[in-house]
Amino acid sequence: MIRDTFRVLWVDLARGKGRVEEISGPNEVLGGSGLAARLFEDYGRPELPWDHPEQPLIFAIGPLTGYFPLMSKTVAGFLSPYHGQYAESHAGGRSALALRFADLDALVVSGRAPRPSVLGVGSRHLEVREAHYLWGRDVLAVGKYLRRMYSGAGHRSILRIGPAGEQGSAYACINVDTYRHFGRLGAGAVMGAKHLKAIVIQGDATFPLPGDKAYAALFERLFRLLTDTPMMRKYHDLGTPANIKVLNDLRALPWRNLRATHDPAADRISGERFAEATLLRNTACAGCPVGCIHLGFVREKFRAENRYFFRQIGYDHEPIYAMGSMLGVTDAFQVLRLIEATDRMGLDVMSAGVALAWATEAWERGLLSENDTLLPLRFGDVPALEQALQHLARGSTDFYRLLAQGTAKAAAVYGGGEFACVLGQEMAGYATGEVFFVSQALGFRHSHLDTAGYAYDQKVKQASVEDALDYLLTEERQRVVLTSLVACLFAREVYRPEVVAECLEVLGYREPATRLPALGEEIRRRRWRLKLATGYDPERVEIPRRFSEVENWKGRVDASFMNALKAAYAQAIRELGRPPQ
Amino acid sequence: MTIKILATPRLERCIGCYSCSLACARLVHRRLSWETAGIRIFTSGGLSTGFEARVCLACDPPPCAGACPTGAFAPRRGGGVVVRRRLCIRCGECARACPVDAIFLDPRGEPFVCLHCGRCVPFCPHDCLAMVEVAAAGEEAP
Repeated sequence: MIRDTFRVLWVDLARGKGRVEEISGPNEVLGGSGLAARLFEDYGRPELPWDHPEQPLIFAIGPLTGYFPLMSKTVAGFLSPYHGQYAESHAGGRSALALRFADLDALVVSGRAPRPSVLGVGSRHLEVREAHYLWGRDVLAVGKYLRRMYSGAGHRSILRIGPAGEQGSAYACINVDTYRHFGRLGAGAVMGAKHLKAIVIQGDATFPLPGDKAYAALFERLFRLLTDTPMMRKYHDLGTPANIKVLNDLRALPWRNLRATHDPAADRISGERFAEATLLRNTACAGCPVGCIHLGFVREKFRAENRYFFRQIGYDHEPIYAMGSMLGVTDAFQVLRLIEATDRMGLDVMSAGVALAWATEAWERGLLSENDTLLPLRFGDVPALEQALQHLARGSTDFYRLLAQGTAKAAAVYGGGEFACVLGQEMAGYATGEVFFVSQALGFRHSHLDTAGYAYDQKVKQASVEDALDYLLTEERQRVVLTSLVACLFAREVYRPEVVAECLEVLGYREPATRLPALGEEIRRRRWRLKLATGYDPERVEIPRRFSEVENWKGRVDASFMNALKAAYAQAIRELGRPPQ
Repeated sequence: MTIKILATPRLERCIGCYSCSLACARLVHRRLSWETAGIRIFTSGGLSTGFEARVCLACDPPPCAGACPTGAFAPRRGGGVVVRRRLCIRCGECARACPVDAIFLDPRGEPFVCLHCGRCVPFCPHDCLAMVEVAAAGEEAP
C-alpha cells in the first residue's frame, strides 16, 4: 500500500503469536535491502550465534513491489550459518507479490517453534501450525502437502526447506514456489534452526491506486519497453544458459573444479542444447511479463515394458555450470537430474556443485577415503554424484557434515585448500578473471550479482586497480537502489535512476525520488556496517591458488593485479563500513 | 455492430505473470490487486501443472443476473453482464450462481466480474487472450 510508513509483521514462533508494527518508511531506507538492514539493526543480535532463537529471519519488499513490472523480488536478511555474518539472499517466484498483497512490507520471524511448524500469514490471518509430519520430507513432497493443507492456490507463495535446512547445512536454501530459491548463504538452515519447515504467504488484500492517469501511463510505457523491444530477449529466449556457450568460447567457463576453462563438450550442455532437447515451457515470477524461468524435463523409464514417468526441472546458467561443467557432466538430461536431486534436498545448487567438485578432485588425489565419502567420486559419474548429494544434505558422515559447512572448512581439515573454488562462498560460474574473482570474494553477498565484476573483465581491455575499483563501487551503489525497490536485476537497463525516480514520484514518494544516489550510498554503508559488526574481516579474505592458475582468453590471471585490487577493495569496504561520526 | 467477448483461446501459453489480472484491476477498477479483477489466474495444483484463467464465459442468459435480487447484474447483449455498482447490496448471490466461479467477492462482499471490455488483452505477453465474436467463442481451447 502506498504510505509513508512500513507495515512489518513480527512473529515469535515460540509463542505462536505476532504483532504488527508501523515503522518509518521509504524516506529513510527505501525498502528491500535497506529495510532488511534496518530491521536487522532493530532485531538482530550481533553478539549471539546465527542459530540462536532470537536471531531474526527477515523478508522485505519495497515501495515499487507489485506496482511496476519486474518489481518482483524479495530480499531475505539473516545472520548466515556460512560465515556468521549479516547476509542477504534474494528470490522471486510469487513471494514478493504475495507479501505485497498480504499487506506486509516485511515479515520478521523470530524465536524457535517447540516442534516443527508451518507459519501461515495473510492480510487477515496469522497462524503457526504444528507439522512434525513434514519434517524430513524433501522440498517437492512438502510442497504437495502444503498445497493441500492451505487454501488460496495461485495467489500465495510457499517457502519451504528440505533435509539440508533441517540438518543445518551452511548452504541450505529456501525453496520458493518450486522453481525459485533464496539460494545462497544458508537461509534454509536459519529456518531449520527455528523448526520452521515452511511459510505460506497468502496475498489477499487490495489497494487503491493513484486517481490520475499518470501512473497507468507510466506502467504501460515500461511494460512496452520490457515486452516489445529486444532489450529482454536474452532472458526469455535461451535464458541465462546462453552464457554457457559464450563463456566456454571465451575460455572462461569453469570445468572440472576449474582445472579447465574450455571444453568442446560444452555444446552438449549449452543453452541452445537445453532449449532444443529439454525445454518444456517457460514460467514467470508474479508481476513479470518476461518469463525467464525455463523448465526442462527428464523422462525416466522405470520398467522394461515402456513404463515412464517425467519430471519438470527449472534450469539456468548457474545450475548448469554447477551440476554440469564443474562436475564434468556433459549430457543435458543428466545435468537436469542432478539439479533436481539438489532441489529436492534443499541445497544451494552452486555451493553443492562446487563442494562436490572439490571433493571429487580431493578423492582423485587420495585426500579422501571411502570411509569419508561412502563411495568413489569421479567427474561425470552421475549416479555416484547423485548419491553424494543426498549424503551431503543429510550429513551421512563426519566428512559430509563438515563439507556441508563449506568447502573451505572441509579443506582446512582434509587438505586441498589450494584447489577449493571458494570466493567468500563457493564460486559462481564465471572464470572471467581478476575483477570477478575479487568482486565475489569480497562483495557484500559474495554474489556475482553484487557488482558484476564479470562484465568488467569482459568489457575493459586496459584494466587498472583504480578504474576497476571505481566500477565495483559505482555498480554496488546503483544495484543496492534496485534491490531496495525491489527490482529484478535483469531489468536494470530499464530501471535507470531517472526512471526509478519517476516511478517513485508517480506513487507519491517524492522525497526518496529526489535523493536516490544519496539513499543508495546510505543503504550500502548500513549493510557494510552490519557485515563488519558481525565479524567480516575483508583483509583476511583469501583467494585460493587455483584462481591464479586460471587461463582464459586474456591469458593467465595476473595475480599481482588481483592482489592489488583485493587490497584496495578491502580498504574501500573498511571505509564504507566505518560508523557514522 | 458485432458484439465481442473476451476469450482465452491460447491459455496453454500462459506463464503465470498475472499481467492480465493486474491490468484489469488497475485500468478497470483502479486498484492494485490480483483478485479484484474480471480475470484471475490460478495454478491447477502447483506450478508444475500450468495455469488456468477464471473468467466469465459470457453465458446467455447469465445465471448470475438471474440470481441478482436488485438488478445490479443485468444481461449484456451478446452474453455476460452489465454491472451497476450503486444497485449492489453485496448479497453474493451472483457469485453463488456462477457455474464456473468467475465472480470474485472481496472481503466486504463486493462482486468483481469480467465486463468483456478487452483492456487486459494487450498486456498478455503471449497472446493467450483475445476478443472474439460471440459466434466464434465456442471454438476456444480450454
